[in-house]
Amino acid sequence: MKFALFLGCTIPARSRQYEMSARKVAEKLGLVFEDVPGFGCCGFPLKSVDPEKTALLAAWSLSLAEEKGLPVMTLCSACSSNLAEENHRLKHDEKLRRRINEKLARVGKEFRGTTEVKHILRVIHQDLGLAKISETVKNPLTGLKVASHYGCHYLKPSELYDKFDDPENPRSLDQIVAAIGGTPVSYDRLKQCCGGAVLVSDEATALGLTKDKLDAVKASGAEAMTLVCPFCNVMYDNNQKSIETRFAIEYGLPVFYMTQLMGLAMGISSKDLGMNLNSVKTKELIARFAGEDEDDEKKEKKKVKKEKPGPPLQPVVE
Amino acid sequence: MEQKIETVDLAGSDFNFANEVAQTEGGQQISRCFSCGTCSASCPVRRINDKYNPRRIIRQVLLGLKEEVLKSGFVWLCSACYSCQERCPQGGRITDIMTALKNMAAASNCVPDGVLAQADLIKKQGKVYAIDEFDNKKRVKAGLPPLPEEINEIAQLLSAL
Repeated sequence: MKFALFLGCTIPARSRQYEMSARKVAEKLGLVFEDVPGFGCCGFPLKSVDPEKTALLAAWSLSLAEEKGLPVMTLCSACSSNLAEENHRLKHDEKLRRRINEKLARVGKEFRGTTEVKHILRVIHQDLGLAKISETVKNPLTGLKVASHYGCHYLKPSELYDKFDDPENPRSLDQIVAAIGGTPVSYDRLKQCCGGAVLVSDEATALGLTKDKLDAVKASGAEAMTLVCPFCNVMYDNNQKSIETRFAIEYGLPVFYMTQLMGLAMGISSKDLGMNLNSVKTKELIARFAGEDEDDEKKEKKKVKKEKPGPPLQPVVE
Repeated sequence: MEQKIETVDLAGSDFNFANEVAQTEGGQQISRCFSCGTCSASCPVRRINDKYNPRRIIRQVLLGLKEEVLKSGFVWLCSACYSCQERCPQGGRITDIMTALKNMAAASNCVPDGVLAQADLIKKQGKVYAIDEFDNKKRVKAGLPPLPEEINEIAQLLSAL
């Protein structure tokens, strides 16, 4: 399966580890990416101030994917929802499409409505499937208690994502955690927003939202959190320290992109997965699951560990 | 016993406001609201900051309280998480209504500085964060393909609008 890889703004600037791990994991899973240098901002940050420019920005990038004849794969959930929404709007609103195409014509482009937009984890879960993921596992994350944060725009608006997962009772990420040998942990506030989108307009409210979920995840006994969006990562990983200071709390909760956890289970080295770029230290936790670059002695130890049966899967009920 | 009843002063109401919202992209379904409060009960922001209350905002729109809705700044607390929109029993597109209200507030220059700053950056460089030579060196070192430092066509497209 081949896709035009849409990185957006935040990943190359603030979350290289997501891109690194996504590319490595995709390779193992047989997903092929084509890079499109002209891809820009998806339009999401302009949505609240200018719907016309939002459509134009999305149409520009979508037209580049159309020229290549490829579906678009997003890593960022905000890019995912905005490109999917604008793609839908441009396909169904003829007047808008005409206006936008008049403008695109000035730079020699046209929106034709021939591509689609999918988030990487949706493709992995829905199109490749859990069995395919399990096949690639070399170092199962046995015993690792992981809280999945689905975030908002990975699941919603669900009508534009063909309801691939239930926004009221999401399962896809927990199922992937289980497929790589980890133990999905349920927690309060599972569906709560990270607050990232409010950060520019009201920092206190945004960080309050983030804290609320960190409290719940910590209380669940999870050892790590996993997520699929750089906005969410900014809130839970990059801002975790400042939340600890602001509210005089200690979390020390490692936060991983799902592709990092998958890569770890596939035996990809932590360096190649960009683990050193995570804000909250991951080293101790990763040491339990040896990667390719670790020495034989550690591998021996790991083999012994692997033979122990893990704890039974905790049912995921909200 | 004296009862305290909150009263709403409609003296300055603009009774065409709801129509205006209904004619704005995303705001079309404002009239579907029957004030059940599912949106406010579902809203994660409201749990943290009660200045934001979607049911109240929709009521204010229907009562024509234009100034209060557009100038008080609380529409900007909406995180666009879609919880309300997914659950509205009337099929009201509440997140889209909030976006329409943000668009109207922006048109009357009531926008948080940070939001405007991001918009300006995109117009200039085609992205919120520009990639420079230093970033590209780090990308190549990490085995990632280099990215263009700015995308001129986007600047050209957005300035021509």
